[in-house]
Amino acid sequence: MSSIPPGSRFPVPGSAQNQRDSLLSVRDLIKHYQSGGLFGRAAPPVRAVDGVSFEVAPGETLALVGESGCGKSSVGRTILRLQEPTSGQALFEGVDVFSLDRAALRALRRRMQIIFQDPYSSLNPRMTVGSAIAEGIEIHHLAPRQEIPARVSALLEEVGLDPAYARRYPHEFSGGQRQRIGIARALAVQPAFIVCDEPVSALDVSVQAQVLNLLSDLQQHRGLSYLFIAHDLAVVRQIAHRIAVMYLGRIVEEGATGQLLSNPRHPYTVALLSAVPEPDPGARRSRIVLGGDLPSPSNPPPGCPFHTRCFHPLKNERCRTEVPLLRPIQGTVAACHYAESTPQPEQAGAA
Amino acid sequence: MSRVLEVENLKISFPGGDHTRVYPVDGVSFQLERGQTLALVGESGCGKSLTSLALLQLVPPPGRIETGSVIRLGDTDVLALQGEALRRIRGRRIGMIFQDPMTSLNPVFTVEDQIVEGILAHFKMARAKARERALQLLQEVGIPDPEQRLKAYPHQLSGGMRQRVMIAIALAAEPEILVADEPTTALDVTVQAQILEVLDRLRTSRGMAVLLITHDLGIVAGRADRVAVMYAGQIIEETSTGRLFANPSHPYTQGLFASVPRITGPLKRLNPIRGSVPAPAAWPSGCRFRPRCPKAFDKSELEPPLLPVEPDHLMRCWLAEQQGAGTRQEPGTKS
Repeated sequence: MSSIPPGSRFPVPGSAQNQRDSLLSVRDLIKHYQSGGLFGRAAPPVRAVDGVSFEVAPGETLALVGESGCGKSSVGRTILRLQEPTSGQALFEGVDVFSLDRAALRALRRRMQIIFQDPYSSLNPRMTVGSAIAEGIEIHHLAPRQEIPARVSALLEEVGLDPAYARRYPHEFSGGQRQRIGIARALAVQPAFIVCDEPVSALDVSVQAQVLNLLSDLQQHRGLSYLFIAHDLAVVRQIAHRIAVMYLGRIVEEGATGQLLSNPRHPYTVALLSAVPEPDPGARRSRIVLGGDLPSPSNPPPGCPFHTRCFHPLKNERCRTEVPLLRPIQGTVAACHYAESTPQPEQAGAA
Repeated sequence: MSRVLEVENLKISFPGGDHTRVYPVDGVSFQLERGQTLALVGESGCGKSLTSLALLQLVPPPGRIETGSVIRLGDTDVLALQGEALRRIRGRRIGMIFQDPMTSLNPVFTVEDQIVEGILAHFKMARAKARERALQLLQEVGIPDPEQRLKAYPHQLSGGMRQRVMIAIALAAEPEILVADEPTTALDVTVQAQILEVLDRLRTSRGMAVLLITHDLGIVAGRADRVAVMYAGQIIEETSTGRLFANPSHPYTQGLFASVPRITGPLKRLNPIRGSVPAPAAWPSGCRFRPRCPKAFDKSELEPPLLPVEPDHLMRCWLAEQQGAGTRQEPGTKS
C-alpha cells in the first residue's frame, strides 16, 4: 500500500507528444525494501522509490538529482531489472521491461547499459581489459570472432585510450582510465540508453571534466540517451537536458535544465542550489542552510515529505497533512503547495 | 596576527624499490596564523593529506619525515618530540578531523563515552563535569537534542551528525589548530553547508587556526583566507584567496579552474587538463607539471622555485619572470 494517493499520476510536461517519441517511459515506479526484523518481526518497509514517473527521449539526458538515500540509484537499478520493482511500469522502446522473462531481459540489456561510480568493482580483476570489453560482443553475437579484436581496439580509441591497453588488467589503471574502460564496455553492445550512476563522483576534477566531455561527445556521435544519476548540480548542468530532483523517494521538481536552475520552484531545489559551493568568492550568495537531517525513508513524514526541513514562509498546516502533487508551474513541474511564491536563492537567505 | 604554526621544507619519503626513495611531499613550506583558515588544495596524490599527517608525526611507516624538515608549533619543535611530549600536543594543540568519521569513531562506545574520554585525556576533572562539558560541545557543533545524542552509538547517527561528533571530540581538547582533511567530502551538499558553517563559527568564536585540506575550489572560495595549491608533492601557487580567484596564475591552477563545472554563468564545454597526476616515482625532472602543461617552454626543463607574480602571490613557474604573465585574466574567472 503506497502512501501516494492515486491522484498523483501527474502529467509530465509535454507528455502527450512525448509518449510517442520517448525511448523510456516510467510510470508510478515503486521500490520498497522489506527489511525483515532480525527475529522475524516485520519492520516497516524502506520506501526507497515511492511513485516516480518520467520520460527519456532519444538522444536526451535526464538527470536524477538528490542526496544520499533519496532513491535515485534504486530507480536506475530497477529500470534495468538489476533489482525487481515493487510495482509500476517501465516501457523501453515500447516493451514492458518489468514483464520480460530471462531471455527477453538479456536481449533488452543489449539496448540498456549501466556505468557505475566505481568501475573497479564492476570489472573482473582477472580478466584483461580487452576480454572485459569483448564479453558483451560475444554474448550477443554482435561480430564474428575474428573481428572482435578490431572492435575492441576501436572502442578503446573511441573512449580515448590506447588500443594496446586491451592486454592489460584493471588494476594497472587510474580511476579515470577505469571509468573510460567501463564506458567502452557499456558501448560494446551498441546500447541506445545508458544509466550513468554517479559516473564522475569519485574522480578528481580534471579527470571528471575529461569524462564529462567524453560522455557528451559519445551522446552526439551515437545518439545515446542517458539517465544521469548524480548529486552535484554543477556537474549535472554540464550534461543534462532535463533535471528531476528527488527527495525521499519522490520527484519533487522536474524541468528543463536552464529553467529549473534559474527559476527553481520547489524549496528543496532552492536549498540544493544554494548549497553548491561556487568557486568564486565574489559570487558568495546568501546560503540556505537546511535544518535537521533527512527523515528516514521507512518512516517518511505525513503530508509534504519536505515539510520538516522547509523554510518556505507560507509553510502551514496543509503542508503537514496534504501531500502536494507535481503540477506545472512557471516552466517546471513542482510538488509544493506554494510553489508560486517559493523564495529564490537570493531572497531566501533573508526569509 | 600571531603565527601559530610554521612548516619549513617538509620532505616525506617512502621506499621506491631498488633502495631508492620517492618523495610524495617534497619541500613544502607554509605558515598558519591565529584565527586564519589556510586551504591546501590539490587532486589525489598531490601530498596534501600526508603533509597534514606530518604535523603530528602521524606519517604511516615505511614513510618517514626527512631530516631538514621543520615543523614549529609556537616555540615547540614538533619533529624533536617523542613519547609523552608528542602525545601532549596530539589533539591538545593540534586537533584533526577526517573525511570519514565512522572510521575514527569507536562503534562499541556511545558518543558520551568518546567525548568524555577525549576531555579526560587532556584535562583533570570529575566525570560528571566532563559530561556537562560534552553536552556543551554537542550544542556548540549544532547537534539538536544533545542529551539524547550523548547516549547514541555512532551507527545510530547520520553522516553529518557523526562528523559533528568528530568535531566535538576534536574541540574537547581546545586545540589551537584544527586540521580538517576533506571534512565534508563524504557528505551531501546540504549537510556540507551545515558543517562548513559550524567550522567557520568555531574558528571565529575560539580564534582557532584551521588547516583545510580539500580538492574542492568551491569550498575554498567561501571559507579560506589563504590558499596553497599543491601538485606532485610541492606547493605550486600560494596567495590570498581573493588573489588566487581573481588571478590564478600557475598553468595547473588555471587548468583546475577550467575543469570545474559551474552552477552559474555561461554554459560552456569544460576545458580539462590533459592526462592525470603521475605517481611519485614517475615525476619528471624540471617543472613537474611540464608534460601536461599547455604553456611549457624550454626553461620548463629546469626546476622552478616559487617566484613572485604580484605582491603576496607566488607560483612555481618560470612564466612569472615574464612581464605581465600573472596579470592576464583567464576565462572562467570573474573579470
